[in-house]
Amino acid sequence: MTTPTTHDRPTPRNRPRIGTALTYLSLLVASLVVLVPLVVVFLTSLKSSREVSDGGSALSLPHDWLNFSNYATAFHDGEMLRAFGNTAFILLFSITGTVLIGSMTAYAIDRFEFRLKRTVMALFLVATLVPGVTTQVATFQVVNSFGLVDSRWAPILLYMGTDIVSIYIFLQFIRGIPTSLDEAARLDGANTFTIYRKIIFPLLKPAIATVVIVKGITTYNDFYIPFLYMPSEDKGTISTALFRFKGPFGAHWEAISAGAILVILPTLLIFLFLQRYIYNGFAQGATK
Amino acid sequence: MTDTTSTAPSTPARQAAPVGRRPRRGVPPTRSWRDHPLRRITPWLFLLAPLALLITFTYVPVGNMIYYSFTDWDGVSPDRSVVGFDNYTQLFTRPELFRVFFVSFYYLAASAVQIVIALYFATVLSFDLRFRNFFKGILFFPYLINGVAIGFVFLYFFQDGGTLDSVLSWFGVGGDHAWLGDPESANTSLAGVSVWRFTGLNFVLFLGAIQSIPGELYEAAQLDGASRRQQFRHIIAPSIRPVLSLSVILAISGSLAVFEIPYIMTGGATGTSTFVIQTVKLAFQFNKTGLASACAVVLLLIILVITWIQRRLVPDDKVDLV
Repeated sequence: MTTPTTHDRPTPRNRPRIGTALTYLSLLVASLVVLVPLVVVFLTSLKSSREVSDGGSALSLPHDWLNFSNYATAFHDGEMLRAFGNTAFILLFSITGTVLIGSMTAYAIDRFEFRLKRTVMALFLVATLVPGVTTQVATFQVVNSFGLVDSRWAPILLYMGTDIVSIYIFLQFIRGIPTSLDEAARLDGANTFTIYRKIIFPLLKPAIATVVIVKGITTYNDFYIPFLYMPSEDKGTISTALFRFKGPFGAHWEAISAGAILVILPTLLIFLFLQRYIYNGFAQGATK
Repeated sequence: MTDTTSTAPSTPARQAAPVGRRPRRGVPPTRSWRDHPLRRITPWLFLLAPLALLITFTYVPVGNMIYYSFTDWDGVSPDRSVVGFDNYTQLFTRPELFRVFFVSFYYLAASAVQIVIALYFATVLSFDLRFRNFFKGILFFPYLINGVAIGFVFLYFFQDGGTLDSVLSWFGVGGDHAWLGDPESANTSLAGVSVWRFTGLNFVLFLGAIQSIPGELYEAAQLDGASRRQQFRHIIAPSIRPVLSLSVILAISGSLAVFEIPYIMTGGATGTSTFVIQTVKLAFQFNKTGLASACAVVLLLIILVITWIQRRLVPDDKVDLV
């Protein structure tokens, strides 16, 4: 970029400069809008309860930057350890289940010709049109009739059974795997299950990564299902534990802030490490 | 830019694949397998668990829900009687039940704002800029944050004399304001939170669509002297149309199905109750399963109708499932 000294071509050179400046300005404003609420909560989490209740500005800095006592309170009184444990348990099973179910469905639909194939496809397709929130009143009764309400298996089954997006991701991906591979394996005497296990499943790795990321983040953050299906205190996931934590600490914003930051922190770390995959995952997950 | 170059050559390859593989299917590699009785049931072995889950947790509930909506069931007692359209009549004639629909308009407006903002930043950030990835990360990150945490962050943000009031006072817009205190500003504030939270998702979808446009198109346009605005109008806009229409449909159904943020932040108080909050309260607090089911059926029907209209208006050529 040379400086525009000549006067004969002012518009094409000056215009983009102002444009660029405005672009950066808009990006800066947007970043502030995103960051300010989060930073304020982080600052609050480091303040003592007196600092907060004295009515200083929400934007003031904490006196002691290493005051982690609120985190200890939130971690201990909010039963966060148990909540993380419950969430991890649910994550492990529902993600494994979703990957197996999704890849098996995609394999069966893409690699076989059978009667009712179109019907099966239509069943999965129509189900995408039914939003989960609308059917919970009746789904609750189904789960209840299995005696699973207030058990960690209720959300696991629901996450596995209603995840049609992952089936689509696998279906798109499995189409790209040449069938000649299956046939070669079949000539070598492999049966259908061996082909699925030894050939298809390993080749699905990129799709599995996508599903694990998308499913993992949405499950970690879900509130609705654990809230409805696991009312007991000891079954809290991080969402519901944080939600309940606010009750006894109603006005103690320093403790609540610490709880919120504790919950956000793992997401932030995962995001920083897996940025690229996460973008791609969500872009694929939502459009398919 | 690397994305566009890598997708371009892969497209013809993918299209060529089925041509090469379909005929081969007709020639059986091993005759014995073809005739094997197991072959007929093999796909069903793979589909057994998925279909069982799908039917148990989607179709059975939908069927039951429609049935419950015609009964006066309380969700607990063993007896229920069919009351016909009574629940539906109640829903449409009791203004306090129907009113929650109007709250959706706040979120609908918010979705429009959200789509415009996302589109702007996706366009801007698809060109070369300093700190591009940094800004991408910042814009997208809110979408990944836990909803309860977001609720608390903004509860503090909107507090009387909280962050928003402090920031506003810098600009001379004075006075403490209970943002969540009256229905008008409470709903606007909550809708603002949903813009903050969901813009990132739209942004990433748009960004992906824009980046899949082959780079040569821009180069050709630039050689022809097209301005950024012209490039947007004639290259970017047409190629993101499918994603845009998807976003619109997600926005409409999402606006009707808002639950988390208002439930966490206000519990539905001061006129911020949404349709789903009301349904959940009717079903699980007031034990009116029949009435709640009628609500859910109405919501489901509205969403299905909107989806159907969208499919008609914007034919989706990507539906190639079979």
